[in-house]
Amino acid sequence: MNSTPTPPQEELTKLYELLVRVRQLDIAAVRWQRQGIIPGYAPLLGQEAAQVGSGYAVDTARDFVFPTYREMGVARAMNVDMVQYMATHKATWHGGLYDPAATHLAPIQAVVAGSVLHAVGWAHGQTLAQHEPVHGAGTGVALTYFGDGASSQGDVHEAMNFAAVMKAPVVFFVQNNGWAISVPTAAQVAGGAVAARAAGYGMPSLAVDGNDVVSVLAATRQAIGHCRAGNGPMLIEATTYRLGPHSTSDDPGRYRSLADEQAARSLDPVQRCADLLRTAYGTGDDYFESVFADAEAEAERVREGLESLAPRPGADMFRYVFQETTPALQHQETTWREESEHV
Amino acid sequence: MSEQTAEITAPDLAGTGSHLEHLSMQQALNRALAESLEENAKTLIFGEDVGQLGGVFRITDGLQQRFGADRVFDTPLAESGILGMSVGLAMAGFHPIPEVQFDGFAYPAVNQIVCQIGRMNYRSRGTLPMPITLRVPSFGGIRAPEHHGESLESLFAHVPGLKVVSPADPHQAYHLLKHAIRRPDPVIFMEPKARYWQKGPVDTADGGTLEGARVARPGRHVTLIAWGAMVARCLQVAELAAEDGIDVEVLDLRWLKPIDTAALAASVTRTRRAVVVHEAPRTSGLGAEIAALVTEECFNVLKAPVERVTGFDVPYPSGDLEDEYVPNIDRILFGIQRVLEHRRG
Repeated sequence: MNSTPTPPQEELTKLYELLVRVRQLDIAAVRWQRQGIIPGYAPLLGQEAAQVGSGYAVDTARDFVFPTYREMGVARAMNVDMVQYMATHKATWHGGLYDPAATHLAPIQAVVAGSVLHAVGWAHGQTLAQHEPVHGAGTGVALTYFGDGASSQGDVHEAMNFAAVMKAPVVFFVQNNGWAISVPTAAQVAGGAVAARAAGYGMPSLAVDGNDVVSVLAATRQAIGHCRAGNGPMLIEATTYRLGPHSTSDDPGRYRSLADEQAARSLDPVQRCADLLRTAYGTGDDYFESVFADAEAEAERVREGLESLAPRPGADMFRYVFQETTPALQHQETTWREESEHV
Repeated sequence: MSEQTAEITAPDLAGTGSHLEHLSMQQALNRALAESLEENAKTLIFGEDVGQLGGVFRITDGLQQRFGADRVFDTPLAESGILGMSVGLAMAGFHPIPEVQFDGFAYPAVNQIVCQIGRMNYRSRGTLPMPITLRVPSFGGIRAPEHHGESLESLFAHVPGLKVVSPADPHQAYHLLKHAIRRPDPVIFMEPKARYWQKGPVDTADGGTLEGARVARPGRHVTLIAWGAMVARCLQVAELAAEDGIDVEVLDLRWLKPIDTAALAASVTRTRRAVVVHEAPRTSGLGAEIAALVTEECFNVLKAPVERVTGFDVPYPSGDLEDEYVPNIDRILFGIQRVLEHRRG
């Protein structure tokens, strides 16, 4: 599987540093939930390579990414501010506090498969923009994330068919992490793989080892290049494993064995990248220790940022419903304000 | 299209540049769409059969030929796809004007309409506005198959982040559609399909106030509150009631969200009696909301409880039973009679 050429040392170390930062922030976030700093979190433990490898391939100046609720690693690879991203898990604001228009990361999406069609619309908009007299070289590409569970949703079919019919520049990035909460892929995905469905839409697909950051990066670059050149959509299925629970409210002990989890741990994507650095470039322990320390320091800064993040004012509830508010909404806000002041 | 348009050279009495034409609602809507495409290069029309065919009701007739297949295009036959795609196009800076072919076909798209279109501006803290005007041929009255005669205003008006409007005649249709398309928020535009082919005067130069309700006919004794196809029916009722000396005011609500509470209050404060008329089922229909608003605003002057003349709590029936279901002249007259004859205690 690992026939992908090893990236230059500079790039591989960047990928590794992202992997470790994402890993340590993810572990820390579960800890913060247990400590009461955040009310809930959806861990991505085990999926770091799938997320970092794909997110790293994005050109944030012209591409646009459509995440689910478990793409912290993608967001980090796109250099989105992690306090503003994690604000969703602190229950500050559903979509997070980062600016989607500026970061090119759509708001965090809690509807399973909810944003896959949005990617198709955004991508078709890029095609239309290319038809205007002035255009740059190659179109912007939409990268949409969803999982093996979401692949059962009808919107995913509609999205793939629309994209293929319209030749929209969309990369459908499937993280097959083995589990849709408690239901394993075998009980979820007929036909053996989501990637196999691409052929039915006349769309090329790539099946990659989602625990190998190098393969994921190469596949994503290939798919983005395919789309950017105007060849229509492409699908990537990255096979990985959700080592943690679905969320901090979940108990995997009820549906899978510890032995299964231990076996999956041997696939650790962070360790694999470290091993590659050692064998390909002879990277030594000092480097790994400093990367770990930097990652821990970053997680600590995010914790400080989250703990000092004040709740949004209640007026925000009313402010963002419309661009042009309504008399009824203004009246409700006034009433709310008057009645809250008495409390 | 233009050959069919009988243009009337009206005397410009007020000297305001008034420009009266005699158009059907289908022609008025088509004109409004064409002018919106001209006005804003970011507007796009898409949906099922809206391109080459011009839509099953011909509302988009000729637009693809005139503006090209980038601006006006057919999509695959999937409503969730059409509305989900609208979200992405709006995020990319476009102003989508999707069409759902019939009211009942909006149901498969409810997830995208409710969970995405209604919330993206909120979720993104105002950074991703959704200037989407969803055109929905709506309501009954054409002897159509199942799912072709539904009234969804209450469903959509209940959803935060959506606005809902319905025109009653060609003039309103022309101006309200252009106005809705210029808005930065999502608007569900409910077209009364039973009224597509009735002609009426359209002053293309002057739409007047396009926010809120409008008094379609002033009267002193009772206010009929209606929208869409029911406005014309209420105007007929008003004519008949006048023969018996009953002076009926007809309030065309137009915007079903936001509801023009001030206009409701002003009218009912004068007439002191109100009857709401709608095609949708009665329970939790918009009539309930209107009755509550009128009661809140006019409790001290009301001579009778607000009356509701509505469809029944049944699935919209087959054509043979349609006239039994949709409020007819007799039922509306009975409603008027009940509020006029009501005596307290």
